[in-house]
Amino acid sequence: MKENKKMKTIKEIRVDVNKCNGCLSCEMSCSAAHAMPPYTSVNPARSRISVVMDETKDVYIPIRAGDYAEAECAGRNQYTIDGKEYDTCLLCPASCPSRSRFTEPDSGLPLKCDMCESLDIGEPMCVQVCHPGALSYHEYQVEAEDSVTLERGEKEIGLEYLVKRYGLEEVVKTVATMAKKSA
Amino acid sequence: MRYAETGFNLEIDLTRGNIERVATDPELTKLYLGGQGTADKILWDRVGPEVEPFSEENLLIFSSGLLNGTFVPGANRTIVNTFSPQTNLHAHSMMGGYFGVEMKHAGYDKIILSGKAPKLVYIYIHNDNVEIRDASHLAGMGTTEVQDHLKKELGDDKVQIAAIGLAGENRVYTASIEHSHCSASRGVGPVMGDKRVKAIAVRGTKDLQMAEPEKLFHICKDLRKDLADNPGAGDWMAVDEDDGFHHDNFSWGNARVRQKNYWSDELQQRWTDIKYDHMDRQTGCYNCPKKCHNVISWPGRKRFSYKCFGKDTYNMASFQELDFSYEILGVAQEYGLDSYSTPQVIAFALELLEEGILTLDDFPGMPEDIRGRFFHILDMIVNREGIGDKLANGVYWAARQIGNGAEKFDHNTTKKFEQVPIKLGKVNPMFFLMIATGEKMNITQIEGSFPQDPLPTLEERQAFVDAWEAVPDEKFKKYFMEWERRNEMPSGAVCDIVDWNEAMHYIDDAIGLCAFVSSFRGQFGGKTQYNIHNIPDLIRMASGLDLSKEDLWNVFRRNRNLVRAINVRRGMRRADERPPEDHWAVRDEEFEQSLLSAYYEFKGWTQDGIPTPATLDELALSDVREDFEKRGIYSAAQ
Repeated sequence: MKENKKMKTIKEIRVDVNKCNGCLSCEMSCSAAHAMPPYTSVNPARSRISVVMDETKDVYIPIRAGDYAEAECAGRNQYTIDGKEYDTCLLCPASCPSRSRFTEPDSGLPLKCDMCESLDIGEPMCVQVCHPGALSYHEYQVEAEDSVTLERGEKEIGLEYLVKRYGLEEVVKTVATMAKKSA
Repeated sequence: MRYAETGFNLEIDLTRGNIERVATDPELTKLYLGGQGTADKILWDRVGPEVEPFSEENLLIFSSGLLNGTFVPGANRTIVNTFSPQTNLHAHSMMGGYFGVEMKHAGYDKIILSGKAPKLVYIYIHNDNVEIRDASHLAGMGTTEVQDHLKKELGDDKVQIAAIGLAGENRVYTASIEHSHCSASRGVGPVMGDKRVKAIAVRGTKDLQMAEPEKLFHICKDLRKDLADNPGAGDWMAVDEDDGFHHDNFSWGNARVRQKNYWSDELQQRWTDIKYDHMDRQTGCYNCPKKCHNVISWPGRKRFSYKCFGKDTYNMASFQELDFSYEILGVAQEYGLDSYSTPQVIAFALELLEEGILTLDDFPGMPEDIRGRFFHILDMIVNREGIGDKLANGVYWAARQIGNGAEKFDHNTTKKFEQVPIKLGKVNPMFFLMIATGEKMNITQIEGSFPQDPLPTLEERQAFVDAWEAVPDEKFKKYFMEWERRNEMPSGAVCDIVDWNEAMHYIDDAIGLCAFVSSFRGQFGGKTQYNIHNIPDLIRMASGLDLSKEDLWNVFRRNRNLVRAINVRRGMRRADERPPEDHWAVRDEEFEQSLLSAYYEFKGWTQDGIPTPATLDELALSDVREDFEKRGIYSAAQ
């Protein structure tokens, strides 16, 4: 441990699954806010929050997109919470090859929630539009750990995915060709 | 480039297995907007009056409203249109949920089914990939069961499914199409069954564009908040447990008995406990913060949901309490049955049994108790077993097929369709006109903007009209200020009021807004979220269509007259426009007929209820006028 403890801000979206009414305003608004340019289109399939919904089992769980996972899990867990069954997959935030959730429908590139930091809109958009109160936003300070790695941005995540899929050499070659064309 | 809509319909010919993605004419959007408006243009052009509802030539059209999928909260209705086997007329039906929005993201404004599949199929739509698939493994499956099954089979929990149950498969006239916690009734379920389509599963991952998206997004963000906070929108019965309104005023059994002092504090407490002891949650529809669906988990039943009057129909038809509705609704939902008309058919059958027109021999294995009997007859109807085969055709047809005096027990149908069971004292002129001339077969799809009852004092009326933003014209405030008794209103005012009530529904049907945030809700409190003043701006920002209030009103008139024209061409005339004879105890035939005449004139219709040539020409419906002339419809009516 270092002598001078650094503090960092944790941004958290708390989810009360019992309050979700399944309106998907969070998905709709997220996809609009992250459209390029912002608000120019809507497509919940591009949302970085996804409500896992099963009306027959009364399951309503908004999940935020987390990191890209290279492969699907070797094994899975089945949780029983208050008499309802949840599969690991339903609760998992990963953009993963086993499912379409949290991948761009056109390119297949992974999607990741950035807590709307790229948009300068204050609280994340999904929280702002959640009137049933299932989502709430909280910020608090914690001591920074030693081994904190830098947050990767969208570009890094996207490139990492392409490198894993096509190999570094192919990606570099493609970028070089593109650069030449646009020059 | 089209805004708010995709500009394409999906045409599926089930007989030949042909699937086409067809570009649509943007001029039609200008004239009819979308939803039922543009669907009716297709029904007019392509389904002649000679076409039987159960035939390959009949179309079953699923339409997404013009504003569905845009930022506008509460715009999520899927409108389903066809020709109903029960009425042999235009079928208007709509459901909430997510289906129509998913259709748009898959790239289609409409799904148009024609022909008949050679065997039971389901349709899987994933963007541009559309398949007609074998559904033999889904035969007989319950409506939520099949949705659950298909999500697993397709490996996608985001797929949206509209399905029929066993009732639809067996072409029961009161069968519904079920989707999520929503359903579409009034004639569309049996036609889907006749086309042998068990389900349509849609997954769409395409972008939808709007004309002024950034501005619309922020306006709708505020609007969504207002909607969430507005007690004047949504289903108040989701939170107000006092249901004396229906139980004291509506009729029980086969729309026979009124129990004026049924409701009590003790009953309310007991029923509230039953509800909250079994309710999992309350849900809304796509992009709407309201919580109108009560989702109930009843022991031994599939989870089901209901809203509004939907919880009362079974217990009132059977003279039971709320627990009976809860016991049977989960079963009826899996069969896929309309909860408005089906209980009336069962109560009608039990009345015939009591009168000796039917005997216990007609109901082999009939239990002794009323609850058991309801379940027994429900099963017989759904399976079209024995007498159930006739009862499955609804009260009007069953009465005639049973004969032997059964006809006189068919006392609550208009245009061959079961009406809401209300039997009151004196004729209410507004409700007389709405029930008589309505072509949506259920009063809830016609009434809604003008209050049902006057307020007692001038001060209260003044306060009401001062806050009344929804009125299309100041004259409605005057009508309300001068209104003393519920059943007394000058004929001119009655025509205006009925016209306004209808207008908002026809606009909602075209743009996909839910009636609970718009057309239905103003009659209770006047503070509906959407009205004729704010809808045109939303349409412009979403679709780019620049309509004035007057233009929008004319779209209503065009769409309204087109439905009338479709039904007139199928033979509907003035003689059919009669509310049930016992709807009111005291009737005044002369007054009623003079009111009907005044309304026809107001609407620009002949005295036989046919839109006049001038009305049709004014509304750019000259092709309808020409068709009427060619068929001799005007000359025959003279």
